[in-house]
Amino acid sequence: MLTQALFRALDKKAIWVIAIFLAVAVLVPMANLLIPPGQYGHVPTYLVSLMGKYLAYAILALALDLVWGYCGILSLGHGAFFALGGYAMGMYLMRQIGSRGVYGNPVLPDFMVFLNYSELPWFWLGMDNFWFAMLMVVFVPGLLAFVFGFFAFRSRVTGVYLSIITQAMTFALLLAFFRNDMGFGGNNGLTDFKDILGVSVQAQSTRATLFAATAIALALSVLVCSMIVNSKLGKVMIAVRDAESRTRFLGYRVEYVKLFAFTVSAIMAGIAGALYVPQVGIINPSEFDPANSIEVVIWTAVGGRGTLIGPIIGAIVVNLGKSWFTTTLPELWLFALGALFVFTTLFLPKGIVGLWHQAWGRMRRKTEHAERPAPPTPAQSADIERGEDPASFGHEAQPKPAE
Amino acid sequence: MKNFSAKSALLAAALAGSVSLSAVPVMAQDDTIKVGILHSLSGTMAISETTLKDTMLFLIEQQNAKGGVMGKMLEPVVVDIASDWPLAAELARQLIEVDEVDAVFGCWTSVCRKSVLPVFEELNSLLFYPVQYEGEESQRNVFYTGASPNQQAIPAVDYLMNEEGVERWVLAGTDYVYPQTTNKILEQYLLDKGVAAEDIMINYTPFGHSDWQTIVSDIVAFGSEGKKTAVVSTINGDANVPFYRELGNQGVAAEDIPVVAFSVGEEELSGFDTTPLVGHLAAWNYFMSVDTPENEQFIADWQAFIGSEDRVTNDPMEAHLIGFNLWVKAVEAAGTTDADAVIDAIVGLETPNLTGGMATMLPNHHITKPVLIGEIQDDGQFFVVWETEDLVPGDAWSDFLPESAMLEADWTAPINCGNYNTETESCGSAM
Amino acid sequence: MLILRALRLVLLALPFLLLPSNAIRAQDAATDIPAAIQAMGEANLRELEQIVADLAATGSDTVVPVLTALGDGNLYLEETSGAVLIERGSTYLEPLSGEAVELGADADLSKIRVNNGLRRDIAAALAGMTLMSDSPARRLTAAQGFLANPDPANIPLLDEAIAAETDANVLKAMQAARAVTILGDDEQSVADRKAAVPLVASGAGRNALTILNSALNGAPEELAPTIQSAIAGLEQERAIWGALQNVWFGLSLGSVLLLAAIGLAITFGVMGVINMAHGEMVMLGAYTTFIVQLVIRQNFPGLLDYSLLIALPCAFLVTGAIGVGIERGIIRWLYGRPLETLLATWGLSLILQQTVRSIFGPTNQMVIAPTWMSGSTEFFGLSITYGRFWIVIFAIIVFLLLLMVLNRTALGLQMRAVTQNRRMASAMGIRTPFVDAMTFGLGSGIAGLAGVALTQIDNISPNLGQNYIIDSFMVVVFGGVGNLWGTLVGALTLGVANKFLEPYAGAVLGKILILVLIILFIQRRPRGLFALKGRAVEQ
Repeated sequence: MLTQALFRALDKKAIWVIAIFLAVAVLVPMANLLIPPGQYGHVPTYLVSLMGKYLAYAILALALDLVWGYCGILSLGHGAFFALGGYAMGMYLMRQIGSRGVYGNPVLPDFMVFLNYSELPWFWLGMDNFWFAMLMVVFVPGLLAFVFGFFAFRSRVTGVYLSIITQAMTFALLLAFFRNDMGFGGNNGLTDFKDILGVSVQAQSTRATLFAATAIALALSVLVCSMIVNSKLGKVMIAVRDAESRTRFLGYRVEYVKLFAFTVSAIMAGIAGALYVPQVGIINPSEFDPANSIEVVIWTAVGGRGTLIGPIIGAIVVNLGKSWFTTTLPELWLFALGALFVFTTLFLPKGIVGLWHQAWGRMRRKTEHAERPAPPTPAQSADIERGEDPASFGHEAQPKPAE
Repeated sequence: MKNFSAKSALLAAALAGSVSLSAVPVMAQDDTIKVGILHSLSGTMAISETTLKDTMLFLIEQQNAKGGVMGKMLEPVVVDIASDWPLAAELARQLIEVDEVDAVFGCWTSVCRKSVLPVFEELNSLLFYPVQYEGEESQRNVFYTGASPNQQAIPAVDYLMNEEGVERWVLAGTDYVYPQTTNKILEQYLLDKGVAAEDIMINYTPFGHSDWQTIVSDIVAFGSEGKKTAVVSTINGDANVPFYRELGNQGVAAEDIPVVAFSVGEEELSGFDTTPLVGHLAAWNYFMSVDTPENEQFIADWQAFIGSEDRVTNDPMEAHLIGFNLWVKAVEAAGTTDADAVIDAIVGLETPNLTGGMATMLPNHHITKPVLIGEIQDDGQFFVVWETEDLVPGDAWSDFLPESAMLEADWTAPINCGNYNTETESCGSAM
Repeated sequence: MLILRALRLVLLALPFLLLPSNAIRAQDAATDIPAAIQAMGEANLRELEQIVADLAATGSDTVVPVLTALGDGNLYLEETSGAVLIERGSTYLEPLSGEAVELGADADLSKIRVNNGLRRDIAAALAGMTLMSDSPARRLTAAQGFLANPDPANIPLLDEAIAAETDANVLKAMQAARAVTILGDDEQSVADRKAAVPLVASGAGRNALTILNSALNGAPEELAPTIQSAIAGLEQERAIWGALQNVWFGLSLGSVLLLAAIGLAITFGVMGVINMAHGEMVMLGAYTTFIVQLVIRQNFPGLLDYSLLIALPCAFLVTGAIGVGIERGIIRWLYGRPLETLLATWGLSLILQQTVRSIFGPTNQMVIAPTWMSGSTEFFGLSITYGRFWIVIFAIIVFLLLLMVLNRTALGLQMRAVTQNRRMASAMGIRTPFVDAMTFGLGSGIAGLAGVALTQIDNISPNLGQNYIIDSFMVVVFGGVGNLWGTLVGALTLGVANKFLEPYAGAVLGKILILVLIILFIQRRPRGLFALKGRAVEQ
């Protein structure tokens, strides 16, 4: 069963994506560690961390794509799962500082010392164990998504309403984590990490290893997503996206399908956050900012939702642009980002990947002459979901008949 | 599978793009000294930090007009941290590793400083941080040119206690580290001074809080207990305008309940009509209204540089000026821009501040400052009603917090650490 | 010490003493009025304190204008001649004679500044001097001054004034001031002080509790119970009014939310566009107000008090026009793809923010509150600030107007027709593109109106809109998309709930609780408070 699923997943073009990232996971650290600086092909350490950060973002975008692109749930709160995973990792890293903090307290992190904590709050217990912390990285976002999704999907909160309450969720968490009384370091968050698994976070080899771990995690995420979307369940997910009510009337438990996708996606986002934190060296509540979650949506849209490679490309391209603009043309950064959103939604509804498909499709049409009807895009899916007849696409938007 | 080649090409292009990113700015000219400017030019903090970026450009231009440093021109490298703290760490790394700047001037918030701090430590570069902060930190690579709590909060409370006879205290702040720590220090200080615990009210609000009706009426109620009451405000920038508007509207006059603020300066006041606020106080180490020739010259030059007679100057700008001048002196004294040499050379150097005194870099990487208390005037300026007689040396570790009272910072031999424990006579951490 | 100070005053005044035209008695320099006023010019704060005390001690009416001017910050020193002058509008007056002074071209004026302590001293001094003034308003201020600075030495003066007083309001204030003074004076008999307590409780307004509490601190045993019962009475009264006051705070917060959200109720609620640029429309409305006021201040200073009223149509037109532009340029390509409008309008909001930041700079801009919106009034036990009051009224007016436009005009009819069944509407001859543009323009224009109101409570900065966008969406979703009444009820409910949670949970936790409650509420009613029924439901 599992091998079959694996086979089906790998049968697709996903195998190439996975292979590329596995190769990147090996080659980039090698280029960093083995080729001496100055020589052609050397990748500077800072670039390794930077690319590691992009790849962590790519996992997050892929996670969002799983729920949005494949299941039609636009979550404006995925940043929250990312940040929770990041906090779990951050808590582990804080506990590793030990007595090297400025106050030299062997147990309490610095911020707790000056906020007069006498002992560790219960939720910090056990976080000094790496594997327990990793369990939390998966468990906390997963549990939140499960509980949140269980109630939301059972009550049939859909569409815009769902988007807005996911936004409310991340906003509430943002405010909560800003509070110093929460025991998560308030606005300053968790920072000044020293060790991970006994080695220095800042060491070149650690950075290279973290990068490799991120690339491998990304490859695994692609594999998992590919397995899911190519399974029967994946087909039902797409059915839910395209016509939720119809799927329900056909006898599928739509809410459980959604819940599954949402929870898996949240776990992936949590893992992305955990990989992100040691590479950037800080986790603070601004990661919960609703604007960040919207930005993730943008990456996915720019790359092309409903594909596996799209969100990865989107996350990398947009963040490359951000890094480039904020150093060379700081004043123009927001103009460029804003224009990118508008341009993408107006002219590239299927993202960069869609553009490629278009160009490819045109070429193929010339040679093959035969053409199957293209699967509906998510944009059209939204209309279908509202009960519209797919036959009417391509004209002006329409009001929907009753179901 | 058919799409493979194109997709991988795309991906390769994306990754290659990130490699070339590093290649482009490395066209460093050897005859210049690069100075990094690390401030938010967009996002929520742009409101405060953009001016500081301009200040740095202004200072660098002035220094270049004087012939630069050691015969070399200074070249500013400006980046935008977009109020995004992980990005701040990334850009700090880029400034140091790729652009090879010799010193960085930047950050406003504590979280920004905290996020870039490990980078400066790892890559051994210099950061000059120009804003008042909560203290409880001293790092070898960072120079704190803003006020520590003993250079702002405590003198202000002393003033209110002695000159205004205040007996009841409202400590109102935004819920983040600077107000929390400052209020903790102040609370301990007030208790030590014999103020009863029920005469202290502490209140926290979220960032950008805009509905102050309840809190202001609570303050009025708290102030109606028959003892002279004052508000010590560590409310952060954006929330101040609505707060003061509500104070004005509910008729809280400075003669009845004065409000002393640590985060409200000329720049913040330029955003509104201060007529209802006349008499409320602020504690800083510099006011634009200070009448000295140095200050007059600075204001004139600044306004000429920025091209507007309406632009004000404020305390963090002076801090950047002092930090910059100290760095220039240290580089000239050391004869090199090498970080270790500058760190050794800078301690003990002094440069005139704009209020007629001298700013000295102390071994704990803080500086000496005068403390001024000003009352808000109807033109948005401050009138200095009180100032310390001597310069106050910045204290990295507060003496009023039990866990840090025995800590000292000294970055000169033989101690050479940021958290020297005077009881155990050893450094608190293994750094 | 005193001798030294007097000596210094003499020395300071010396050049003027030598002037032949000023035939002054030189033996008592401290009370020499012109010389003392002259000395103000160069005095530091401590010296000013002494001069004010000396001037007050003269008891002369002639010093009232100069002290008033000093307290109000209208007293200036002309640096070149050393003359001390009172500013009145754009003219400068000689402080004693009140005659206008012609300033030379080289005049260099600098304000003589005072601090809080001095302002208190001046108010107390002026109170004593103006208690017998001809103007009732002045007498009232004087009585209030006495109330604020009780001094047993003034009791005879107050008695005299009370005996001569004819105006009922002023009389009441004077009696309260006298009661306060007696209550605070240990020398008075307990019976007198007891009798003063109810007068203080009823007459001293908001300060009554302060005064009674401070009297309680040193009160003898016989007096204490009387004061305590008066305090208990006041506190009970305050508890009752406190709840109402909280409702008022909630309503006024709710009306701000309503203003911010009501435009969104059109663009998002009626049209289905997830308009993330809504906040920026609010921000642009605020900036329009700023520009309008700037123009008025420079060209028509007389109209300054009406600048907000003038800004209203301007803001509506500016943001409405921008809204129409956005609809024609971007939104119309995205109908039927609501989630994509989110992305496009979010991008747009970034562009608008950065544009404003590039043009006006990132710092706050200033909009002056008109006089009719400043200050507060006591309404029974409620303290109501005028600014908030007018915003509540304004929100109600905007809501009613919008309701009328939607339900009573041809355009409103067409809007509803187009959003309910576009094809049918089109078939009936309605120009749907035009109606779309108008609807979006209307929603944006109303956001602009909200911006005008928000200039009175919030920062005018490029980030203004961002602070309201999430709250606005919560209000619309909570109230039920597509229903204006839902938005009204939603906004007011959230406002009041927030204000009742705040005292118990604190501002931060209160806001978190509200968000959690909204999330839970949506689970119970996935379509909001006032869900649309019928065909339009399955969006």
